[in-house]
Amino acid sequence: MNVVFERTPALSDRPTHYCPGCTHGIIHRLVAEALDELGVREKAVGVAPVGCAVLAYNYFNCDVQQAAHGRAPAVATGIKRVNADNVVFTYQGDGDLASIGCAEIVHAAARGEKITTIFVNNAIYGMTGGQMAPTTLEGQKTTTSPYGRKIESTGHPIQVSEMLATLPGAVFVERVSVHDVPNIRKAKKAIKKAFEDQLNGQGFGIVELLSTCPTNWGMAPQEALEWLTGNMIPYYPLGNFRSPEEVE
Amino acid sequence: MAKQLMKGNEAIAEAAIKAGCRHFFGYPITPQNELPQYMSRRMPQVDGVFLQAESEVSAINMVYGAAGAGARVMTSSSSPGISLKQEGISYLAGSQLPCVIVNIIRGGPGLGGIQPAQSDYFQATRGGGHGDYRVIVYGPASVQEMVDLTMEAFDVADRYRNPVMILGDGVLGQMMEPVEFHYKPAEGLPAKDWATTGAAGRDPNVINSLSLVAEHLEEHNWRLQDKYKEATEKEQRWELYNCDDAELVLVAYGTTSRIVKSAVNQLREQGIKAGLLRPISLFPFPEKAFAQLPSSVKNFLAVEMSAGQMVDDVRLTVNGATPVHFYGRTAGVIPGPAEIIKKAKEVAGGEK
Amino acid sequence: MPKVEFDRERCKGCELCVPVCPKDIVLMDDVINQKGYRVATVREMDKCIGCAMCAMMCPDTVIKVFK
Repeated sequence: MNVVFERTPALSDRPTHYCPGCTHGIIHRLVAEALDELGVREKAVGVAPVGCAVLAYNYFNCDVQQAAHGRAPAVATGIKRVNADNVVFTYQGDGDLASIGCAEIVHAAARGEKITTIFVNNAIYGMTGGQMAPTTLEGQKTTTSPYGRKIESTGHPIQVSEMLATLPGAVFVERVSVHDVPNIRKAKKAIKKAFEDQLNGQGFGIVELLSTCPTNWGMAPQEALEWLTGNMIPYYPLGNFRSPEEVE
Repeated sequence: MAKQLMKGNEAIAEAAIKAGCRHFFGYPITPQNELPQYMSRRMPQVDGVFLQAESEVSAINMVYGAAGAGARVMTSSSSPGISLKQEGISYLAGSQLPCVIVNIIRGGPGLGGIQPAQSDYFQATRGGGHGDYRVIVYGPASVQEMVDLTMEAFDVADRYRNPVMILGDGVLGQMMEPVEFHYKPAEGLPAKDWATTGAAGRDPNVINSLSLVAEHLEEHNWRLQDKYKEATEKEQRWELYNCDDAELVLVAYGTTSRIVKSAVNQLREQGIKAGLLRPISLFPFPEKAFAQLPSSVKNFLAVEMSAGQMVDDVRLTVNGATPVHFYGRTAGVIPGPAEIIKKAKEVAGGEK
Repeated sequence: MPKVEFDRERCKGCELCVPVCPKDIVLMDDVINQKGYRVATVREMDKCIGCAMCAMMCPDTVIKVFK
């Protein structure tokens, strides 16, 4: 009897600290599987953010640097500029990437920095206790938007993929979701493609993954998946925004 | 190698390259722009990387990434920019990453001015960012010393796995003096086996300053403190000038020390037994220099281009045994010899 | 014969594996693990087709699949 599914070597066997049903765990696994399938675990260097994934260095079985809040793309730039052969990726949440780290991500993309960003968008600050994020949807209740996010006073949620896709340096931009198995497969494919583009030296790549936060959304995990499909996908449409020409 | 005439800012840059620095990340700010401009010309010639970052915050975090990847790396800025870098410097110190940071100080606070100042002494020598950490700090007083200390800074940073800062100001940065470059790498520097170069055939390396268990973090902090103790023991640097029979010792570093030296000469001509104690390392502060002073010393006079910052270290070192006086100009005003002499005479004449 | 194995101490009882099973054989056990979570399991293993849908959905790599 053959093993058709098991934990991939690039994912450590340490149990994660994530809440039950949080889809960070799925995304970690997909990144690790992509690294292993491409055979690059031993030259991968990850950059962990501040936020729920702050402890990502415990879960990826590769070299990792932990970065200050929002600065992961700058840290990744430093790493990649020293060792161009490394496969360098950042793993960032929406507060980290789209709020405090907005300058860093935009300029890494503008420079066409040859790194891959795994952007986990769950429309909320998880680690700090469910505050409003730059990607929190209109009307969504959080601990700092208790009456629901109001556009008038807090502006519009940022569509990161659409924004970055305007930059020529961002060669691969795709938004995916992990709310069901077919979409998880697509997400994996996108992550793998982004890494391949980095290996081909093509430029900056980002995969935005719509993810759930059952705890801070105040929902059961399954209910959270349904909320994601019903509320997030309409505002954050899935699909590829940029993809480089196939390389010979 | 023949001496060449160079500006301080450019000399620092060339010294860094001679010391094996191949990565520079910076952001424009006056009065240090010659340094990154020079790097932008020179780095491509030596297969190095010059990158103008989107902000000082990004630049210091690029330094973090590059240092964590094992490279000799530098950034430079001036006061407001150094304030922005403090977040990254704290992370670098916490993660024990070596790098060299140049601060060509200008008057503050806030946007301040662009004239030379020494008002970032507290920030530099007390850590500067959050947490219990220190940065090793040098205050060169000539272009040649900027060269020598920059080269040494890379070795010291690697030895202690800690950021090292070079403090200058617009005078030193713009001043042209003949310099020569002699870099011999220090021996016995530890291998960077902690660097994130890819976990091929070894366990993963993690560069990190997070530790959620207070006792573990405290242990880490005591290890950092042990390094600073070792640096305090081994890395103190100073110059004593005319101190052998001195009754009044002026204490000054960097640009100010050059003016004070000339004031000391004039005081001597006028029969006042004045000397100069010039700290070269600012952290660690050269306490050992004070122990070498003769018992004839009746007064200390700290002179700074600040409202009084280094003078605190003088007071802490002297610990009440001898009166410590202060004279300073701040916000970019450079004190002249005459005003220093006037103050020195007040102090010397006012002894009890 | 295809089968799945649950590493029950890793399970956080989130139940995301339950609805994705095309054979409807993944269910929540009565057992509570050491972390205090009610764990997922399969009783009618003979119906398992080894599709790994449950394992793909699991955020905690609890499930190993054989075929």
